[in-house]
Formats: sequence, C-alpha cells, structure tokens
Amino acid sequence: MTTAAPAPLLAVENLRAWYGHSHILQGVSLQVRAGEIVTLVGRNGAGKTTTLKSIMGLVPKREGRVTFAGQDILDRPAHERFHRGLAYVPEERRIVPGLTVEENLRLGILAARGGPGRGGRASRRDEARRIEVIAETFPRLKQRLKQEAITMSGGEQQMLAIARALMAEPVMVLLDEPSEGIMPILVEEMFEQFVAMKRAGTTILLVEQNVELALDVSDRVYIVDGGAVVYHAPAAELRDDPEIQARYCAV
Amino acid sequence: MTDLSLGGFPLDLLALQLVTGIALGAIYVLVGIGLSLIFGLMNVVNFAHGAFFMVGAYVGVFLYGYTGSFWLSLVAAPLAMGLLGLAVERVLVRPLYGRGIDDPLLLTFGLSYCMVESVRIAFGLTGLPFGAPPDLRGAVDLGIGYFPLYRLFLIAFSLTVVGALWLFIERTSFGLVIRAGARDPQIVQVLGIEISKVWLAVFGLGCALAGLAGILAAPLQGVTPEMGIPVLAEAFVVTVVGGMGSLAGAVLAGLLVGIVVAMTSLVAPDMTKMAIFALMALVLLVRPRGLLGRAGALG
Repeated sequence: MTTAAPAPLLAVENLRAWYGHSHILQGVSLQVRAGEIVTLVGRNGAGKTTTLKSIMGLVPKREGRVTFAGQDILDRPAHERFHRGLAYVPEERRIVPGLTVEENLRLGILAARGGPGRGGRASRRDEARRIEVIAETFPRLKQRLKQEAITMSGGEQQMLAIARALMAEPVMVLLDEPSEGIMPILVEEMFEQFVAMKRAGTTILLVEQNVELALDVSDRVYIVDGGAVVYHAPAAELRDDPEIQARYCAV
Repeated sequence: MTDLSLGGFPLDLLALQLVTGIALGAIYVLVGIGLSLIFGLMNVVNFAHGAFFMVGAYVGVFLYGYTGSFWLSLVAAPLAMGLLGLAVERVLVRPLYGRGIDDPLLLTFGLSYCMVESVRIAFGLTGLPFGAPPDLRGAVDLGIGYFPLYRLFLIAFSLTVVGALWLFIERTSFGLVIRAGARDPQIVQVLGIEISKVWLAVFGLGCALAGLAGILAAPLQGVTPEMGIPVLAEAFVVTVVGGMGSLAGAVLAGLLVGIVVAMTSLVAPDMTKMAIFALMALVLLVRPRGLLGRAGALG
C-alpha cells in the first residue's frame, strides 16, 4: 500500500464470523478505496459470501471491525447500511416473488428518504423518475416493467437485482456471484455494466467465480481461503501469475 | 310466491340462512385476515387473537353504554385493540422473534388466558347482553324476503373494510413493503427498511381487525369472556382453508366457512363444528396448501 493513499471507503479488519458453532471467517482484512472495483476470489466455501454477508450485517455472530465511510458499522442493523450508501446484491438474486419488475425496483428506493415508519419517503415522482433512468440503463427490464419478475430468465433476474440495488444511487455495491448460472452473452453484458457503474463513480466489491472476466474489470484482487485473505495484489499482477491462480482459484 | 322449496326448506328460509352465513363469514374474514397477516410476516401464530376479538367487543359495548353511539364503538374498539396489539408486540412478542414458532405461540396462548380472566374479573362471568343499535334494528325487504338490517350492515361494512385493506396492501408503498416482507424479510432490510417497525405495525393492524370483528359480532350474540374461543378456532380453519398468508384466500375461506356453518345449522345444528373441520379436511386433501396458498394477494 502506498502511503499517500486516501482513507479507504470500506475497511475490514480481522473480521470473524460464525454460523451456529461453525467458525466461518477466521480474520478477514481488506480495503476498498472509493472508485475501485475489487474482487474476492477463492474456492467454494472459502468464505467469500460470508465476508459480504458480514459486511452487510446479515451474519448473526460477527467480530472485528468494519468501517464504511469512516464509521464503524459492524454492530449496526442491516437496514442502516442502505442509508449510508452501501448496497448489496445477494448470491441468489432474491427477486421477490409475486411482485412485478416495477414493484421490485420501487422496493429499492422506497426507503431512500426515510421509508415507512421513518418519516417521509421518496415521492412517487422520485420513484418514477428513477425507474425511468434505470430502465434506460437496463433495456432488458424496460419492456418487462409490468411482468411478474420471477417469470423472467435467470440473467434478467440478475439484471433486476442489480438495478434494484442501484435505485437509491448507492456509493458502493457488494455483488455476490453475479454471473452464476447465467448465459455467457449476458455475463459479458453485465460486466460491461460494472465498468459503466465504476465510470459513474460507484465503488464495487465483487465476489466472482469467473476469475478471467473479473480480473479484466478489477483494480485489485483478494484471494480468500479457509476464511482468511491469503493473497492480495493488483488485478494485473494476478493475471500474469498462473501458478497462484491455479493454487487458489481452481474449482 | 313463498312456497318454493329446496330439499324441504322454503327458499326464503335458505336465503335468510345464506345471509346469516355470509354475516358470520364476514366476522371470520376479519379475524382470519389478521391472523394470516401476522403469521405471513412474522411466522407468529397469534393464539391471543380470539382474546383481542373478545376484549374489542367489551370495549365497544362498554363504551356504547356510556355514549350511546355505536359508531363511536365501531371506531374505538379497533383503535383500542390496535394500541394493545402494538404494546403486546413491542414488549412481549418481539424478544421471541427468531426463536422458532413455539415460543410466541405459547406466549400468546398464556396471554389469551390472562385477557379472558381479566375480563371475567372486571365484568363478571356471565357476560353482557347487547343488541343491534336502534337505527340498525328491524328487517328490510330485498324482494325475496325480509332480512335483518344489522346483518346486511355487517356484511357491507366488513366487505368495505376488507376492500380498503386490499387497496392498502396492493396500492400503497407500505403495502408493497408488507407483501415483500412476507416473502423475504432480509432483502427488505437490505433495501433500507426497518423491518421490525413493519412487524410492529402489522401486529397492531391484525389486532385492530380482531377488535373490529368483536364489536361487529357483539349485537349478534351479546358478549361473554369466552366468545373469542370458538371464533379463534374457526379463524384458524379459515387461514388453513384459504391458504396461510393469503389475503384473498382468507376472504374466500371465511365466507365459505360462514355459509357452511349457517347451512349445517339448518339441517343438523349439532353438526356445525364437525362440518367446519370436515370442510377443512376436504380442502386439505385436494389442495394441501389451502385454496389460494402462496398464490393470493399477500403470499
């Protein structure tokens, strides 16, 4: 790390997390600076998803330190992270069944200024305007606004999950395995979106199995193994190091 | 002509029983929707729901004794039960979230006994007589016979409330949060919504509906400390027959159960309880998730 680097947007220090009695994270430390795309790679079960969930406050027992925009958020409830500008796209996409595409998108901005029970909320006009902008960015969703979201293809649902997370214009997005189970042509389209998001100033922390594509768009990479970070380097460096790739990333 | 008959019963009697059944069903719908909402969002089986129904009836009847205004009672009973529901959720139920389905069930079961005993101590064991308010007494001629005005009022009023509730859930932002929260509470939290506040509100709303049903039912039978017990059993049947968590299912099943009760009581009054559970068994055999389970408005 260079000494002149600005304070990171997200700093995770010695993060440990448990599911019941199983100790999943053994002490993860990583940093993401504003404007970066950082990727976590590693084998299945290495602790990548749990790292994202712990950052979002979705793992019941967690210890260590998670600082976002200068504030310790480790023990804050999940919904507060949204209000600080941290968005999350979970692994299983989690499109809400029974709701239309438009309703899923609205859900993403409802709480933007308060939300139910918090005094005031985004007005219907704010919502409509934002949906229009997002629909331009994700043309596949545009023709399907009134369709029940769960009837769309996996790739389209993934686009919707990302679009929903972007509705409230977050500072940073955590993306968990966005390419999983999606047609290759859509995966490329999606990674182009990530580059566009970065260009628009959104910081991204990505968990991805498709190492090759991830390395192409990322600034830096962390390799997670056995619940801890075992290696970290600029993406270009890992790209040129097939030995490290083979050791930690082979499925 | 009044000598038309079906199965040995004159048609106007059958029509009267049908209205009675729908009125009864409307009560079940109001109680069942509250149960269903609370179960659908929080996975809490509210065993105190019948007690909220009963206390709501007492609050309404008591207030009517002072003010003479049934309309005031109709507002005050749900309001009081809504507030009591908020307090119960906040203080008693909330610490039990995430601890499985048994703990809140046992807690609300115990709470229902406390509520029934409190009413016995305050108002006596025998209950209070209560009739329809003067301006809703009598019968109206609908062309096919005379029907009790109060029952018609009850049906119209309940269906209006259910319609308003449906609009609330389908058309408002809060309703959107309720529908999403029933399916995936975690994603709702991640999208910045404080789900515990939604749960609090829905618990209060469900209890308010029970209180409203209580005061609406009071003129049919008077009020007793035990009046909530059979209603709770029937409301459970309604949620199971309609499909757990389904609003439209609760409406359909509530009316169905009411009509089955009324018609059975015409043929074999002793068999009404059995008929309800036979209906439930039959529906579950054909559709294990209930009529509209996981396909209705809410879930």
